[in-house]
Amino acid sequence: MNRTIPPPIKDAVEFDIKLKPYEKFTLDNGIPVYVIKSEEQDTLQLELVFPAGSWYESESLEAAATNFLMKNGTSKRTALEINESVDYHGAYLNRNAYHENATFTLHCLTKHTEVLLPVLQDVIQDPSFPEEELALYKQNQKQKLAVNLQKCDFVANRFIDKYLFGDFHPYGRVSSMMAYDALQTETLRAFYQKHYTYNNCRIFVAGNMPANMLALLNKHFGTTRWNGESSLIRPELPIQPAEEKKFRIFNDENGVQGAVRIARPFPNRYHPDFPKMLVLNTIFGGYFGSRLMSNIREDKGYTYGIYSQLYNFRQVSAINIQTEAGRDVCEATIEEVYKELQQLQNVPVPQEELDLVRNYMIGSILGDLDGAFQVIQRWKNLILNDLDENYFYNNIQTIKNITAEELQQLAKQYYNPGDFYELVVI
Amino acid sequence: MIHYNKFTLANGLRVVVHEDHTTPMAVLNVLYDVGARDENPAQTGFAHLFEHLMFGGSINIPEYDEPLQMAGGENNAYTTSDLTNYYIQLPAENIETAFWLESDRMLSLAFSEKSLDVQRKVVSEEFKEHYINKPYGDVWHKMRELAYSTHPYRWMTIGKELSHIENAQLEDVKAFFFKFYRPVNAILSVAGNVTVEQVKTLAEKWFGDIPSGEKYTRQLPVEPPQTAAHKLEVKANVPLDALYKCYHMYARSDKRYYAADLISDILGGGSSSRLHQVLVKEKKLFSNIDCYHFGSLDAGLLTIEGKLVKGVKMKDAEKAIQIELEKLQGEIIADRELQKVKNRVESLLAFEDMSLLNRANNLAFYELLGDAGLMNKEFENYEVVTAEDIHREAKLIFDEKNANTIYYYAENQG
Repeated sequence: MNRTIPPPIKDAVEFDIKLKPYEKFTLDNGIPVYVIKSEEQDTLQLELVFPAGSWYESESLEAAATNFLMKNGTSKRTALEINESVDYHGAYLNRNAYHENATFTLHCLTKHTEVLLPVLQDVIQDPSFPEEELALYKQNQKQKLAVNLQKCDFVANRFIDKYLFGDFHPYGRVSSMMAYDALQTETLRAFYQKHYTYNNCRIFVAGNMPANMLALLNKHFGTTRWNGESSLIRPELPIQPAEEKKFRIFNDENGVQGAVRIARPFPNRYHPDFPKMLVLNTIFGGYFGSRLMSNIREDKGYTYGIYSQLYNFRQVSAINIQTEAGRDVCEATIEEVYKELQQLQNVPVPQEELDLVRNYMIGSILGDLDGAFQVIQRWKNLILNDLDENYFYNNIQTIKNITAEELQQLAKQYYNPGDFYELVVI
Repeated sequence: MIHYNKFTLANGLRVVVHEDHTTPMAVLNVLYDVGARDENPAQTGFAHLFEHLMFGGSINIPEYDEPLQMAGGENNAYTTSDLTNYYIQLPAENIETAFWLESDRMLSLAFSEKSLDVQRKVVSEEFKEHYINKPYGDVWHKMRELAYSTHPYRWMTIGKELSHIENAQLEDVKAFFFKFYRPVNAILSVAGNVTVEQVKTLAEKWFGDIPSGEKYTRQLPVEPPQTAAHKLEVKANVPLDALYKCYHMYARSDKRYYAADLISDILGGGSSSRLHQVLVKEKKLFSNIDCYHFGSLDAGLLTIEGKLVKGVKMKDAEKAIQIELEKLQGEIIADRELQKVKNRVESLLAFEDMSLLNRANNLAFYELLGDAGLMNKEFENYEVVTAEDIHREAKLIFDEKNANTIYYYAENQG
């Protein structure tokens, strides 16, 4: 046997990837329910999504604080009673506020679904926002912030978003001690009333559902027009990028590493260049074999890891290159990043590398679609962005068919070093 | 219930197979029975540095990652104090690529100077990123030295000091490889859209002719029982005072391990847990508090750690923890609370089993513990724990003589 010869492979681009279709139901009051069923395991995921993210805030942190405190007391249940019910059934009730949406996600064994739904209903429809819980939230979040502010990576993430989008834009606005201090239960309650209404709710279910799942959802979320009807207008908020491009910040004089960020705004996912950039970004800094990793980690040893990411924000995206590098090699790292950007502008990507990245990307989509929880996640991203499966299939076509010339063209347009913000936080 | 088959090759390589025909993917996992605990005290961090070198090319294959990515695959690895684990996930049609890559690096590495040189630097940056350049980042380094006098758990997986990594030589690397990375010290698990017959054929084809190697017999120094409380005060440039308390618990294979694990969940699992409810929400002494352990194979540490609310005195914070521990030592816990932590284990295991990668990792891990089949009996081990067991173990574990405490003070702050 000759071990130098690799076994034959099936090119991942030949895989016929199918996004399993969802089933859609409508509750009696009109709430849409999207379902991916799977009976292989005894587990269930149920997610309620509301347009209640930071985009809609009139004061900083309003969205996150409202979302957090909804679980900390209702008119019928204390925070402890809610937590105890969830924990007793081995369930997880997580809440998150993002830029656009805020969510509540229940993970549980199928057999406990029925007893947990009344708790979830209570949290969503009847939170009481106790003063004491808000005071505790402020105190503990401020403590957490104080610790995070000592970390160069945390500080760098805040600054780079500020440069890209502006201090006052929801994408660039950051938490602060003052913003926590200013939170009040009345404003949170008002935010809640306006955003967490039946007509703003969408439900996503995946996994093994009890036979009477739809009847249960109807009972708890579908019979009344809870919290009334609220028509939201999504305001237009233009970004205000910084004028200055280069920044060096000293956060800790004894720091042994610097957090490096190199970033520029980029059109959002609706722009035809977006799916193409997903491919170029992967080649440049999106996987372990990327140009950035091969050069800056695997050849120079400047860092434990370096990545380039494409933001998935709705209004506008950004390309963001990030790493923590040795204090004395931060500047050398930046120089190498620019060299790699220019290399992609000047020389077409070799065919073999392009084939490899196509296979890698398709293989990784195939892996990501493994299981009902993963499939509903894909659908949720499409549905919440007003897209359908065609968008998914078009992206796959782009991965399979994009040419080296198109990639070079893209690099020429978007990879000019002068267009990037550059930041080091030590 | 995870079904599996297992067999052993003539060279001693143990193989576990789990068929799952509902997925288009496959996972190949290789676990080596070597971790930081097996290191020479003068050359710590070696097992982990070695994990990095495993990606620097093998005897017949100059690049590990490229052919795998070409086959649509991804991989990673981790090193703990106990073991080193490598895994690949890829479309099942291309599973043979994984066999080819993993068998060649079990056969022999390329041992390149350049790779060693670069990975020494990469690991140094990893060390800085996680343990030096982070507030409280050095606490586990200090805690391990405080809690262990003898057992190799007294150093961290990343290494005791940077110089050990910086001084690693290629000769040491070779010796380490041929001592530990042999079929007889490894477990291969394959899961996903594969068949047992297919895996048998491929395992025989690719791993069958690798020299068996010598079975490594572990003879680690035994940690003597702790007879007096250990305390350490630290002052550092951090924003908040923090308190860490660690108590010696049981080895992973000890029946009493399960009671200790449930105790950690009673105290720190979920928002309704005792420490969170009483110390964060009611008494408002801590802004966060956790109770956990690492599930290590030799006797590990049951840990309580929390950050104090500004203005709270260390003595008061410690006293409040003590009261909670004494409650657990004094009163038998209610049925509902015991049932709660058991329900949480049941659910955790079910969610863990959903991922193909976890199933492959776990089958290899339980085979290392003695038998892959233990994976399916794990919940029973928790179900039989009684309120009396909890009571008895809490008394033994939370004995003040068994405590290791670090008072981590914020320097120059009110």
